[in-house]
Amino acid sequence: MGFPHKTHPRETPVLSTHFGDSEARSLSGWRARGGYRALEQALGMAPADIVNVVKDSGLRGRGGAGFPTGLKWSFMKPGDGKPHYLCCNADESEPGTFKDREIMRWTPHSLIEGCAIASYAIGAEICYIYIRGEFTEPLQIVGAALDEAYRDGILGKNAMGTGKRVDVYIHKGAGAYICGEETALMNSIEGRRGNPRIKPPFPAVAGLFGQPTTINNVETLAAVPPILTNGAEWYKGMSLSSPKSTGTKLFSVCGNIARPGNYEVTMGFPFREFLHDICGGARPGHTLKAVIPGGSSVPIQTMQEADATLMDYEGFVATGSMLGSGGVIVFDDSVCMVRMIARLARFYAHESCAQCTQCREGTAWVTKILERIEHGSGTTADLDTLLELSENMTGKTICVLSDSCAAPIVSGIQKFRHEFEAHINGKRCPMRSAAAA
Amino acid sequence: MSDAKMITLTIEGRQVQVAEGTSILEAAKAAGVLVPHYCYHPGLPVAGVCRMCLVEVEKAPKLAPACATAVAEGQVVHVHSGKALEARKGVLEFLLINHPLDCPICDQAGECELQDYTFAEGRSEGRLVEPKRFNPVEDFGGDVLYVPNRCILCTRCVRFMDDVAQEPVLNVSERGDRAVIGKFEGQDLTHPWSGNVVDLCPVGALLSKDFLNKARAWELDRTASVCPNCTQGCNMMVETRDNMVVRLRPRPNDDVNKYFMCDYGRLNYRWMNRSDRLEAPLVRRGDRLAVAEWEAALVAAAKALDGKRVHAVVSPSLSNEALYLVSRLLERREGTGAFRVERGPEAPLPGVEDLALRSDRAANVHGAELLGFRRSDTPMAGLRGGDALLFVDADPGVLDVTDLGRAASVVVIGTTLPEVLRGADVVLPIANMVEEEGTFTNLRGRVQRFLQARAAPGMARPSWWVLGDLLGTMGEPGNYFLASDVFTALAGARAEFAGMSYDTLGLRGLPVMSPAGAR
Amino acid sequence: MTPAEMGAVHAESHAAHGGAGHPHAEEHRPVFTGAPRAELDALLSRYPTRMAALLPALWIVQRERGWVSEGAMAEVAQVLDLTPAYVKGVVTFYTMYHQHPVGRYFVQVCTTSPCGACGADDVVRAFLEHTGTRELGVTSPDGKFTVIEVECLGACGFATPVMVNDEFHESVTPDRVPDILSKLE
Repeated sequence: MGFPHKTHPRETPVLSTHFGDSEARSLSGWRARGGYRALEQALGMAPADIVNVVKDSGLRGRGGAGFPTGLKWSFMKPGDGKPHYLCCNADESEPGTFKDREIMRWTPHSLIEGCAIASYAIGAEICYIYIRGEFTEPLQIVGAALDEAYRDGILGKNAMGTGKRVDVYIHKGAGAYICGEETALMNSIEGRRGNPRIKPPFPAVAGLFGQPTTINNVETLAAVPPILTNGAEWYKGMSLSSPKSTGTKLFSVCGNIARPGNYEVTMGFPFREFLHDICGGARPGHTLKAVIPGGSSVPIQTMQEADATLMDYEGFVATGSMLGSGGVIVFDDSVCMVRMIARLARFYAHESCAQCTQCREGTAWVTKILERIEHGSGTTADLDTLLELSENMTGKTICVLSDSCAAPIVSGIQKFRHEFEAHINGKRCPMRSAAAA
Repeated sequence: MSDAKMITLTIEGRQVQVAEGTSILEAAKAAGVLVPHYCYHPGLPVAGVCRMCLVEVEKAPKLAPACATAVAEGQVVHVHSGKALEARKGVLEFLLINHPLDCPICDQAGECELQDYTFAEGRSEGRLVEPKRFNPVEDFGGDVLYVPNRCILCTRCVRFMDDVAQEPVLNVSERGDRAVIGKFEGQDLTHPWSGNVVDLCPVGALLSKDFLNKARAWELDRTASVCPNCTQGCNMMVETRDNMVVRLRPRPNDDVNKYFMCDYGRLNYRWMNRSDRLEAPLVRRGDRLAVAEWEAALVAAAKALDGKRVHAVVSPSLSNEALYLVSRLLERREGTGAFRVERGPEAPLPGVEDLALRSDRAANVHGAELLGFRRSDTPMAGLRGGDALLFVDADPGVLDVTDLGRAASVVVIGTTLPEVLRGADVVLPIANMVEEEGTFTNLRGRVQRFLQARAAPGMARPSWWVLGDLLGTMGEPGNYFLASDVFTALAGARAEFAGMSYDTLGLRGLPVMSPAGAR
Repeated sequence: MTPAEMGAVHAESHAAHGGAGHPHAEEHRPVFTGAPRAELDALLSRYPTRMAALLPALWIVQRERGWVSEGAMAEVAQVLDLTPAYVKGVVTFYTMYHQHPVGRYFVQVCTTSPCGACGADDVVRAFLEHTGTRELGVTSPDGKFTVIEVECLGACGFATPVMVNDEFHESVTPDRVPDILSKLE
């Protein structure tokens, strides 16, 4: 299968095996495809053993930070007498990223199974799946799958007849990118503004409702059932480059590319071949210009940098960017980089929660400057100001939204300075005047 | 100190030892280093949002918010390093881009932390060329105006209302640079302690309507005092301009009021500036009261009291010093003393233990009781036929003319002369509490000093002086030179006050001795 | 007042900090009676605090009334033991809650960079033209449409994604716009 394209021969489908297969959505369909065997297996294991398998697999957080999942689970102290919570981060809002959406649309039970296993492993009786409000279809599909799972006794006070309580509830977001930040997400579930919290305390100590909490991304949790079924060695074996990056990863590809969509490859896959072979490369008549490889918050790469990249946590860092959420945004020669960067800055200005000074004021200010440059009223001094403001917005706030706004600005000015200068010297956007002519 | 583990660290080259769990910001304070900050306030939960207090901690990858970072053993902290200064300069620039820079018409100017830190560490010119954000001024109700253009979203006001007043009527509304402090239509800042948000606001965004345009901060003289408007005894600053009290503000005292003061207390100051004051001693000449010299008036007063049993009706807001001297006069004349207390509804501040606007609306009820005065709704009832009445600044509402008819003579010591007391034999003008020095004993028995904030009118003299001289005129030891001399005499005479002096009281006070001899 | 009667009103909040003379200060009809109340009570059992049901409660209000009025905020506050100011602070944080009535069909076009690079601006123009709204955030005179630009809808590979109320349209191009609109009553 595959969606929206047939699976490419060079892909390694694990999570995406059933994308496009609408029969996999139902409980019976999921069972027929081997579903819930991993949960059954997990309920027969000691929680600590499950944590160890996940640790051994090398699975790392797929939401963006890449924190080792098993290690994160091990922070949840069993028998501390407190209620434990699991949060599933399905707020997928990072521009360029739409992989969790497909997991929820096609294989909702893989997520529910992952949530149930993780809940059991960390001693949580309640798991909240936080789905962004705009995801009307995933909300409906995951909701229906949960109903089925409850009806079948997979979830509830006596999950799978084990006498253990595993409740999984959907919490619907309402339009706030920042709720994808883990502590903001917890505030949002608690009925507050989605403001990120100061850390420490970390969620494993005092998270949701002040209780020990683990929060994992959809893709991370969906990867857990196959890891349990096939074993840690199997997962660890799927690594083409750095041994610290194991398994497969879903990459969302969008922007100016021949075949946009989700693709699953083994960690360490060569980025050049990924873009050109699997995704089809540039659209006819165009050449690729730049890539933002890990969702809009990571530094922009030139094609030279992208071509030299191996697609894993370490590989993207080695060429000056980050794996992030795996949202690959491709720009070709038809787009104005200044406009794209200005539009990204506007996104962050719109989404800033307003707590930290640098972010609240900085994201709005750099947007104004970038839009002015784009409209042809910029000066060379503006570029220095932008770099200085970006520095002031980096590494100084509670969360990294402000850093995320700065990253494409800094890398954009460094790598595409000529486009900025063309706007400044020509007093208008060269792409726009070309289109008008 | 308690048995908390102590942590040693170095801040700006100064070694300091603080309890485990202390923030770097508080540790720096202990080391005598001010870490610039806006959102942090010791009386509120930590928010960590202004990012002004970023400091450099050696071996840490990023600058740390000093307010939200706990000290660690051996830490080396730089508050004024290049990196920390650059970060603060950045914050200041961001805070000012949308600020109207209207210091010349801003009440906060001169006591504005945005102004102070920008002057000290900020950029000298702005770089914003785009138009500034604009939002109109809003009336938040109560005594509070909100000027959103000056607001830096530090959220102190919101946290005060949420966590201290525990009446969440303020919020942060909207996101990004559109964010403002908001409230709900029809739900105003009517909490009896809400005026504190004006003090807490580090900039000119929340203003007192009462104080609006009254004075520039640098025109004010500030005097440490104690709020006389209820028995809580909140420590306060009396702020005067040209000898007029224009604002009362809380003065921090952990043992009494933390950082706060209620609206009733802070706004109840106009009586301190009353212009219908007694300015000269008066002595009865036939059917009228004539102005007299102090010496003559004191002699006349002593004569009016002499040979009679004296009943004193006193104000429960007189100082301990004045009440002590009255009590000695009563001992000499085998008299009695009583007072009535005005009452009102109690209004606690829920987030602070044992802090409330008390229903007894007088400063020194406990002191008056300790010094032997009897609380009564009818304090005149103690006046027997043929007694001399000594009326010391009490509420004239306790009197009626038939009461006065029972008195063989009437001596009034007061700040004003109510109509009903026009028949007095002698009238001695005294200073009110902001015009003199003294102490009050609050409802928990804490003795606290207040200092003189303005000059008394005309020939009026401090109450302790007038009463001391009256005792002297009556032949008692009583000619004191200073309020502190009276207090020393009181401490020597009364067990509850034993060992106290103005020096040991300092400006935060001490509790009275319990009958068992413990403080 | 129906959306049609409202005429052209801004969909996105104005300077929304409770200024005097709110334009929609009408009598609020309680939402949480009968079925919605039962629905909320069931939701409350999922959380250890009442406050946690705030976002779901606001969703119920919006489903029932089409927007979240100040009267509704006050009702939600009362039902969940919160203050109206608190609720308003939360409502204004989340952009999907309408603080003003909007058209019967609320059209959200993603224009964030990945979609912007694929012609999203032209899609926006097509919607403004064919709905007759002309301006972003303005409701068409017949009360039928409100069109806004929205930040990343999380479907970047299907540029340009457009939401019409709860319905998600993928890979929308300007020429598909009339067809999408023609199916709306």
